[in-house]
Amino acid sequence: MSKLHVETSINGEAVEFLCEPQQSLLEVLREELDRTGTKEGCGTGDCGACSVLMDGRLVCSCLVLAAETSGHEITTIEGIAQGDGLHPIQQAYLDNAALQCGICTPGLVVATKALLDKNPNPDEETIRYWIAGNLCRCTGYDKIVRAIQDAAGRLAHPA
Amino acid sequence: MGNLPKAFGQSVRRKEDPRLITGAGRYTDDQQLPQQAWAAFVRSPIAHANIGEVDTSAALEHPGVVGVLTGAEFAASGLNDLACGWMIHSRNGDPMRVGEHPALASQRVRYVGEPVAVVVADSRQAARAAAELVMVDYDELPVVSDVEAAAAPDAVVLHDAAPGNQCYDWEIGNRDAVRKALDEAAHVTEIRLINNRLVPNAMEPRAVNASYDASRDRYTLYVASQNPHGLRMTLAAVIGFGPEHKIRVISEDVGGGFGSKAFNYAEEVVCMWAAKRLGRPVKWTAERSESFLTDAHGRDHITTARLAMDANHRITALDVSTHANLGAYLSTFGSLVPTYVYATLLSGQYDIPNIYANVVTRYTNTTPVDAYRGAGRPEAGYVVERLVDVAARELGIDPAEFRRQNFIRTFPHATPVEMTYDSGDFQAHLDKALDMIDAAGFEARREASRAEGKLRGLGIGCYIEAAGIGPSARLGKLGSGAGLWESAEIRVNPTGSVEVLTGCHSHGQSHETTYAQLVADRFGISVDDVEILHGDTDVVQFGMGTYGSRSGPVGLSAIDMACDKIVAKAEKIAAHLLNVPADTVTFEDGEFASEATNERLGFAEVALNAYTAHHFPTTEIEPGLKETTFFDPPDFNFPAGTHVCEVEVDPATGVVRIARFVAVDDFGVIGNPMVVEGQVHGGLVQGIGQALLEQARYDDYGQLLSGSYMDYCMPRADDVPDFDVGFTETRSTTNPLGMKGCGEAGSIGSPPAVINAICDALGIRHIDMPATPEKVWRAVTSAA
Repeated sequence: MSKLHVETSINGEAVEFLCEPQQSLLEVLREELDRTGTKEGCGTGDCGACSVLMDGRLVCSCLVLAAETSGHEITTIEGIAQGDGLHPIQQAYLDNAALQCGICTPGLVVATKALLDKNPNPDEETIRYWIAGNLCRCTGYDKIVRAIQDAAGRLAHPA
Repeated sequence: MGNLPKAFGQSVRRKEDPRLITGAGRYTDDQQLPQQAWAAFVRSPIAHANIGEVDTSAALEHPGVVGVLTGAEFAASGLNDLACGWMIHSRNGDPMRVGEHPALASQRVRYVGEPVAVVVADSRQAARAAAELVMVDYDELPVVSDVEAAAAPDAVVLHDAAPGNQCYDWEIGNRDAVRKALDEAAHVTEIRLINNRLVPNAMEPRAVNASYDASRDRYTLYVASQNPHGLRMTLAAVIGFGPEHKIRVISEDVGGGFGSKAFNYAEEVVCMWAAKRLGRPVKWTAERSESFLTDAHGRDHITTARLAMDANHRITALDVSTHANLGAYLSTFGSLVPTYVYATLLSGQYDIPNIYANVVTRYTNTTPVDAYRGAGRPEAGYVVERLVDVAARELGIDPAEFRRQNFIRTFPHATPVEMTYDSGDFQAHLDKALDMIDAAGFEARREASRAEGKLRGLGIGCYIEAAGIGPSARLGKLGSGAGLWESAEIRVNPTGSVEVLTGCHSHGQSHETTYAQLVADRFGISVDDVEILHGDTDVVQFGMGTYGSRSGPVGLSAIDMACDKIVAKAEKIAAHLLNVPADTVTFEDGEFASEATNERLGFAEVALNAYTAHHFPTTEIEPGLKETTFFDPPDFNFPAGTHVCEVEVDPATGVVRIARFVAVDDFGVIGNPMVVEGQVHGGLVQGIGQALLEQARYDDYGQLLSGSYMDYCMPRADDVPDFDVGFTETRSTTNPLGMKGCGEAGSIGSPPAVINAICDALGIRHIDMPATPEKVWRAVTSAA
């Protein structure tokens, strides 16, 4: 079986790669393109650790075929920070200690960005339902919710 | 110089976060080695069978396959079985009965998921595809998938060494005194309860990357481990990979553990063996389904317990009988969990003069069971707190009042089950927790719920645990194969910055921050000038890793004591620099001073002089500034607290909503409140998950029915409430910092608080965990 040639955009950069038809975007990101910030927690779309944005839409990269990204724009955790500085969402996670082991955090930060891009002022119930697709075993979610509320405030009123 | 604000005790931002939050963490699976090969394991789909022919021919022909290794080849390797690190003796004096436990099975498989062969290939995909092509003949045997089935007289026996599938029949306490107290009691409350089996589910699956450098005759093992040095010692001395200096174990960023990454697993052994055999680095990362099947599970007890009370409602005795499921094999600490960290905590927060516990453990055709967050202590806390609650209700007393009447009030307090609590104030956290949840207003809220057709209940969980395991000599007498101290090495650099090497391991606990806070204060330097190094056996000499809430009280105490040594030596050097008598030098806020002079020296100045060695006699004082400490705690420390849960139950659906949850904990001295709150939150959600959602369930064929996130209900953000967390403080006397462990508390206090609240709401005596909507609905329906 010949490999597929894919041209896509990752974090604003034009990227070309070859992949097998059955390879997931997650696998290609991690193993072919050395972008290991995106994590695998389950491989079945149940935990959200591999969350990325595809044309601004939140998707599990383990459920997207790498070939499907042709002509689309992908944003991963590596593309969230603004230059050398942290994105306000990342700063809010840091200030609220909203992570512990950090393995689910890239997915949660990406999911938070997707939420706040769509709804800049979500209430707590909305936040909890939105991130229900992202499993975290360390934090108990409390500080993540606080961080998302904090991030919404920072984005609405930049310092 | 000097006068920096104190960092220890403050909510300093986590130093770990900038890398983790940007995707720059380095977890085991993130790293590729030159010539990387991947392993995929062939696992038994049958819970109990004799292994017949293993045909690897098709797999070997699959493109990209480097090698296929079977259990038979492993058996010929000369490597030893996986071993349990804690010897328990039965009450008749017999040592526990231990069967074989090869890393790759060649004769017989005893649980679904047990590895029988490994395929190594150029890519992960090729390895997995070829593993499907390995044909194994299984001659099926009868299956026992729970302790009751394993105890049946005609039950199939898993290990010839363990007739009746029994590993041990252990006891603690004074049976005769307890029987007598029960006979003389004014009231006896009896309960039978199940502590449900759980899957740890660290979000980073277990991962291994093993390589062997033939030119240096040395292995390097990258592994997601909580205990890299303990693992190296095991791989060297138990498994037989050769002396420790020929093995380097590296556990850099690790994505959660909760106990499940503290053990020696088959995959570590097999990947090291395969790496040497095949001459390629061999990497394996569990698929989530493999995690469900092979990460050691937690809990799985069936317990009958009786509480005796006199006419004044004082508890006079506790009698406990527990049947614990060990799974198919003894995992690393599998024998310890249902004994010395379970039954020794059965006194709870109460002054109980007589306690007896009998624990019978059995092998079953299920995944091995071992320590999972709390490890024995949640099981003990659940027994005690359910019993106390039922007893209070039977006696018609307010459950809080009944607890108060029976609290231990003076310390130290020796219980009848080995433990001596050094400090605590149980009344203080009970009062504070009831105040924080507004218990006084509860009846009004209950009425309001009733008006809406809902049932509201309030439940209390007063837990105590033993954290910071030690001292080594005593634990050796109780059966531990290892010492349980902790090491610290402090290297002060010539410019005054500091590296701290710890044998503890952080996989979410924020050691890089909390440890740096203490060291910064001790030397009067910035937190940013302290680097915490851990998780590499070539960097840190030795250590016992992180589990059992030991990193604060034991690990950080070792660091504190190493700081003492640094200061002592630096004072001597400063005395020469200041030209004053050594015993007049003091060190405070980063400055060396002496009453004999007005001159002062900064920490960095002394550090530089320690290395230039121009101004002191090196015949008396060695150059350099580096010190090591091994701290062996004189005893456990005893975190305790009160968790209060308020639930609202919809009787039409059985859905339980947690309306309020308050946790007040006494962790002694706290290093970073923000970090500690996070530890509490995480523990609470694991406990709430156990109480309401989680259950590892096997069918009669030993198939794990809850083997994916679609079948095993993990707590998600919309399942759990906000938490109201508070602290009280009594200093621990068993470590110089006065700290008590905080990592497991949340998972211990919360399950009984939730279940007590549900029983209160429904007006029922008991409901087993997890209290799913179906179970609650059935309870509501049958109570009506």
